[in-house]
Amino acid sequence: MAFRAMISSRSIQQSKWVPSAGVARQMSSWFGHVEPAAKDPILGVTEAFLADPSPDKVNVGVGAYRDDNGKPVVLECVREAERRIAGNLIMEYLPMGGSSHMIEESLKLAYGEDSDFIKDKRIAAVQALSGTGACRLFADFQKRFLPDSQIYIPVPTWANHHNIWRDARVPQNTFRYYHPETKGLDFSSLMEDIKNSPNGSFFLLHACAHNPTGVDPSEEQWREISHLFKSKNHFPFFDMAYQGFASGNPERDAKAIRIFLDDGHLIGCAQSFAKNMGLYGQRAGCLSILCDNEMEAVAVKSQLQQIGRPMYSNPPVHGALIVSTILGDPELKKLWLQEVKGMADRIIGMRTALRENLEKLGSPLSWEHITNQIGMFCYSGMSPEQVDRLTNEYHIYMTRNGRISMAGVTTGNVGYLANAIHEVTK
Amino acid sequence: MDEAIMRVDRTSSERRLSTLVRHLGAGLSSPSCSPSHTSISTEQFENSKNAKISLSPMAAFGSVFANVVQAPEDPILGVTVAYNKDPSPLKVNLGVGAYRTEEGKPLVLNVVKKAEQSLINDPSRFKEYLPITGLAEFNKLSAKLIFGADSPAIQENRVATVQCLSGTGSLRVGGEFLAKHYHERSIYIPVPTWGNHPKVFMMAGLKPMSYRYYDPSTRGLDFQGLVEDLSAAPEGSIVLLHACAHNPTGVDPTPEQWEQIRQLLRSRSLLPFFDSAYQGFASGSLDKDAYSVRLFVADGGELLMAQSYAKNMGLYGERVGALSIVCKSADVAGKVESQLKLVIRPMYSNPPLHGASIVATILRSPELYHEWTVELKAMADRIISMRQELFNALQAKGTPGDWSHIIKQIGMFTFTGLNKGQVAFMTREYHIYMTSDGHIYLNNATFYNSLVIFLQEDQHGWFE
Repeated sequence: MAFRAMISSRSIQQSKWVPSAGVARQMSSWFGHVEPAAKDPILGVTEAFLADPSPDKVNVGVGAYRDDNGKPVVLECVREAERRIAGNLIMEYLPMGGSSHMIEESLKLAYGEDSDFIKDKRIAAVQALSGTGACRLFADFQKRFLPDSQIYIPVPTWANHHNIWRDARVPQNTFRYYHPETKGLDFSSLMEDIKNSPNGSFFLLHACAHNPTGVDPSEEQWREISHLFKSKNHFPFFDMAYQGFASGNPERDAKAIRIFLDDGHLIGCAQSFAKNMGLYGQRAGCLSILCDNEMEAVAVKSQLQQIGRPMYSNPPVHGALIVSTILGDPELKKLWLQEVKGMADRIIGMRTALRENLEKLGSPLSWEHITNQIGMFCYSGMSPEQVDRLTNEYHIYMTRNGRISMAGVTTGNVGYLANAIHEVTK
Repeated sequence: MDEAIMRVDRTSSERRLSTLVRHLGAGLSSPSCSPSHTSISTEQFENSKNAKISLSPMAAFGSVFANVVQAPEDPILGVTVAYNKDPSPLKVNLGVGAYRTEEGKPLVLNVVKKAEQSLINDPSRFKEYLPITGLAEFNKLSAKLIFGADSPAIQENRVATVQCLSGTGSLRVGGEFLAKHYHERSIYIPVPTWGNHPKVFMMAGLKPMSYRYYDPSTRGLDFQGLVEDLSAAPEGSIVLLHACAHNPTGVDPTPEQWEQIRQLLRSRSLLPFFDSAYQGFASGSLDKDAYSVRLFVADGGELLMAQSYAKNMGLYGERVGALSIVCKSADVAGKVESQLKLVIRPMYSNPPLHGASIVATILRSPELYHEWTVELKAMADRIISMRQELFNALQAKGTPGDWSHIIKQIGMFTFTGLNKGQVAFMTREYHIYMTSDGHIYLNNATFYNSLVIFLQEDQHGWFE
């Protein structure tokens, strides 16, 4: 090549064919063909809300808690934890697996303080980038070590679940979950789909406060599901993003997991502290996988770290410090439990208020499901067209599947919301 | 680069089931546990519900991951793991690139402490989700920092910037974007390079290739080899460039060489992907350390840029960084940004808030920014002076070999030239920890005596 000859002859300055220094030869963009991506269905809602100038606007889109004034909340226990951490000021890299203190506390929360799995060191666990990151690590791990496996995902589910397992290149199937007529659980179809799937399939289960429907199996139904899983040798992967937020009691919200553990399942679990500690932007979470024994747990953890290393090297320290400070201090933990109950109670109160308002307006439809469902979200049953009307005519923002984030409902806007819903559904 | 992934045998359903049978013993002759893939009948289901399966909570199923083999330690981070385990009071860690003070302590910059305090004291601050692309102000300020406030690319809105998890995260997101949207999968990586680079790009879906970079005989740049290899790369290939303070060699091209590299890349339509982990840390000047990047931007062409604040702001564990893609037009930049979101969302939804808030607080305030440049220069100067000290010590002792590369190289690292065996010896005998390729982080002067003695005595005739 002329360029090579040029260099070896040390006549660099004499070259004539090299383009002049000011101009890149490439005339058009390499990325000109790139299509604009569709907006994220959930996060796009908030963008649209922010852009709306109407004084009446209501955001019941994204699942982020608001107080009764519609304001975001930083928990007192979090503020206190941050004050304590600020003096600390160590920002060095965490180990690849994250903060061991945070992991320890996360596991106690999910599996119980006295869990034998913890005592016997049978849990492979790493700090993860909130719930999303935990799911993604698991999906990548599943792909790497069980490349022929696939994941069964409930219908409906948080939209990003599909993106996560798709980007991990794990084939997906669905199982029936929500019953549109009853606006409750379609238990018989669910059991049928579990039965009909090949033995040893991987299933994604929402541990509590199903997103987006708010519909959870009852305790008895969880037992039956667990029993069927046993006979099918299925792998249960729990996404637990709302522990404490559903009933107000973290132990109670972990009931499904404890049932599966009692039945001897070796589960996987993604935990998020985004909602229950209000740590959204800090991306604090944990991925755990139960193993046969300590040695296997060490091996699995080491492999999980190998997946994190080429993604972000090691997880962020700040959120982890907040979590471990709160959960590791009895006083702060007590405060946190009170605050989380407060949040859950307010939401339960708003469910009641919304339903009562709709009934008072004389709506012919049944709105029972609003109080039957649990957690941050209510699956209203409204159609995308009805949702569009809510947005265009009433400046009420929610995702087009009719999911209402109850956390965005306040005593100040519940009447307006009920009225608007009544108008578009009557 | 050795692949650390240990693939395991697939666990057959037969093996899982026999494990199950072993554990459950007697209670398990129900047909619902047959290995066939047909669905069980309602009757079988009812029977299995009623079957008395006596289990201890631990005894049920064997793990589907029972055959997962333990992964080897990461070659870089594993050094710190080994160091932490060593009980010797003499131990020194020259492995991971984390700055240390004269006393060997980690350092949190004053300006960072101030920024953090102001964040904590601001009661109106919330911890809500950042947008997928991160903190907008942080993104703008980061682009200005690396490209220059007067950069035409910025003025013309041709830069798509997204907040990512430090340098690693920026490289990974950029790599995945290219794997999805760019027409070439090959990425040319210098030899040697940071140990994690090949893995990051492989996991992103790109194909790592290599180009010659370091010349062991001169301990400098193998410019001819670089030109030859990049001239032979297929048109349109991606080329990874260390913006300054090459890791692990500390060897950078001269400005003249950078210009030739630029011409070569542009003439062959090779796509530059810069990794900037040491801006300000190398020479002490933020602008000077951005020279190579700005040279490329000035010619109007496109490039990718991964920025890290781990070292230059000491924010290591906060994972703060940014990926910028300089495009030909504002329209393209807008579309590119929208597609970057689709890469990020299924990975971790949105980036962590804390570190980016600190950076934005510092970069937006003229006083804090100035204070930062002063602290940064002090860190860089200390490293430069330690290079000089080490060199002087080696000269004074008449150590065999030419050690001038130590002061010619730049940045945190220097290649001692020690091989694996020598490194193992250093660790065993002197409790000095470094990666097995012999590059060390110049953060601690106390090791110098040991190193110098070792090199001086040359007991094994390794330097003859």
